[in-house]
Amino acid sequence: MTNALNLFIGLAMGLNLLALASSRLPSVIRAAALQGMILGILPLLIENHFQWMVGVVAVGTITVKGFVIPHLLRRALRAANIDREVKPLIGFVPSLLLGASATIGAVALGGTLPLLPEHAGSLLVPGSFATVVAGFLLLMGRAKAISQVCGYLILENGIYLFGLLLINSTPLLVEAGILLDLTVAVFVIGIIMDRIQKEFDTLDTNKLTSLRE
Amino acid sequence: MKEILLIAIPLLAAGAAFIWPNERTRPRLLPVAGALHAALSLWLLVNPPALLTGAWFGFDPVARAVLPMVSLLFFICSIYAVAYLKVRAERRNRLFVFALLILLGFLSLALQAQHLGLLWVAAEAATLMTVPLLHFNGTARAFEASWKYLLVGGTGIALSLLGSFCLGYASLHGGGNGDLTFAALAAQGASLTRPWLIAAWVLLLAGYGTKMGLAPMHTWKPDAYGEAPGIVGALLAGGMTTMAFVAVLRVKQVVDAAGGGEMTQRTLLAFGLFSMLVAALFLLSARDFKRMLAYSSVEHMGILAVGAALGGLGIYAALFHVWTNSLTKGALFLSAGNIRRAANARNEDEVSGMAWRSPLSARIFIAGLFAITACPPFGPFFSELRIVRAAFTTGNTFTAVAFLGCLLFAFFGLTRLVFAIVDGRPRAAARATGNRFRETSGVILPPLAFLVFSIWLGLATPSLLTETWSAAAKLLFPTP
Repeated sequence: MTNALNLFIGLAMGLNLLALASSRLPSVIRAAALQGMILGILPLLIENHFQWMVGVVAVGTITVKGFVIPHLLRRALRAANIDREVKPLIGFVPSLLLGASATIGAVALGGTLPLLPEHAGSLLVPGSFATVVAGFLLLMGRAKAISQVCGYLILENGIYLFGLLLINSTPLLVEAGILLDLTVAVFVIGIIMDRIQKEFDTLDTNKLTSLRE
Repeated sequence: MKEILLIAIPLLAAGAAFIWPNERTRPRLLPVAGALHAALSLWLLVNPPALLTGAWFGFDPVARAVLPMVSLLFFICSIYAVAYLKVRAERRNRLFVFALLILLGFLSLALQAQHLGLLWVAAEAATLMTVPLLHFNGTARAFEASWKYLLVGGTGIALSLLGSFCLGYASLHGGGNGDLTFAALAAQGASLTRPWLIAAWVLLLAGYGTKMGLAPMHTWKPDAYGEAPGIVGALLAGGMTTMAFVAVLRVKQVVDAAGGGEMTQRTLLAFGLFSMLVAALFLLSARDFKRMLAYSSVEHMGILAVGAALGGLGIYAALFHVWTNSLTKGALFLSAGNIRRAANARNEDEVSGMAWRSPLSARIFIAGLFAITACPPFGPFFSELRIVRAAFTTGNTFTAVAFLGCLLFAFFGLTRLVFAIVDGRPRAAARATGNRFRETSGVILPPLAFLVFSIWLGLATPSLLTETWSAAAKLLFPTP
């Protein structure tokens, strides 16, 4: 069980690096979407016996993170009719190096933290930390609004991974609420991006500079 | 179960606002829902209901100590909103009214939340609901402010979720049964696993601190307060930040119970004093009077954090300050909104002589300035005095001195800018705008009411309120 779990988490960690190294927006969106779908499968692997609520959350996560949100982002990309280069503020090689060292650091750190016996040997904690750092790098290191949103999604994915540690003990109501909030968040982000595009004629957040001291 | 009504009334009214067909009469739903909500929370303040053990939400002493204030703030703002939306008849108000009511509902839920996860869900929902309020003006600058608010606020809220999970895991690893209500977590005490506890405190303080607007996570505040209508600024500075502060207090209670009292104290003191310092420095150079209010809010969040770090006396004073600061900020934001509308500009270079253009609003604004810089007889003077006294009694002399120094610099900055706007001759540009802003009772009485409350709270603090504050402080900081 743990082996299958670790395989999937390893894949998710690989997708972090892919997102950091991509120079084109569609591939960043694809990496974030694929990562979201992989995470959606994980609760089914963790739960030993099938519960309908876990099934609902898994299906919901896969639908929202794998299809709905990427669809919204691609639509924004088409509507904005912007060129599809990522425009890094932190270059690809430095961000890849930072991401890789964060992954190594997360694995080392995960080994020192106290864990419950059933979580020992799983990659949940290192995977979560590495993904959170990758999300932050994308959020801060990219100029285009869409890649910042992808960074936010990857950050959320990392937190979701950590939340899986608690899945056996906390009611899934909270997870359902989290998923709902995330969906609404992306909808709101989508609307704002649309309006920024209309007002500023760009989705390059470096151009948003009228408010400053 | 009257406390559920506190959440249900605004949400139902929001639903009604959404399907209400008439643009002109829709804003009247706001004072109706606001009055019902205020009456109910006042009733609950006088007759607090018994709290069920293990309940996910309820009207506990902490909710009782702050929720009536948020309710009162919303009610007075809702009266102003009717007059304001009449002036702004050119903008459609369906989404605005809807979002205001939903915001009130989620603030009521978050303030009453006794469960770590529920608190997060309510806080996130409230954050998202303020976005349509921020870009009500529909200008390019408003969208820029909304985008920055979304990114900074979203990151903060993500950090607090990670922190909530860490705290949950600390409980689970320490032998907990997965009950994440604050009472159960605090009861676990020292058995919470130490490394996870520290991680949780750092992340939760950073996350909810972003929402509060503690420096250096305050960057969304000047943009948001500068671009949003005055009423939204008042509700953010008095309602949203209060909710985040209560969240910090509830988490602090758990971490203190687990033996992390020294850590919470030090970090809160550091963040608090740093926020006050940053705010004072920015206030000295501020040129836009709406952004000035944002830095003043950063300063007062710092004051709250310092208060929260100073033990039971400090928490009592901080809860007192939540009331005085929020209600005084209400007067400032609403009168600033009037001045902004009358002058048609916000910058020190473009605005002056407002004592001629909008005499009543300018007077309220000046009175509000003296109130917020803690001049007697206004409320903030008495609450800040209590914080200073708490600092001296707990032996934090350095804190008290730094605190007073920052207040002094903030006073210089605020008075300089306010008098630059109010005094002098009106600018030609402002005189040229044809239709003059009329100071109707609808836009003057609400900020005046806030000022009256500010004085009343300072001079004659009702004993009912002092009792609730000390009950809440005792719950949040149980002295052995």
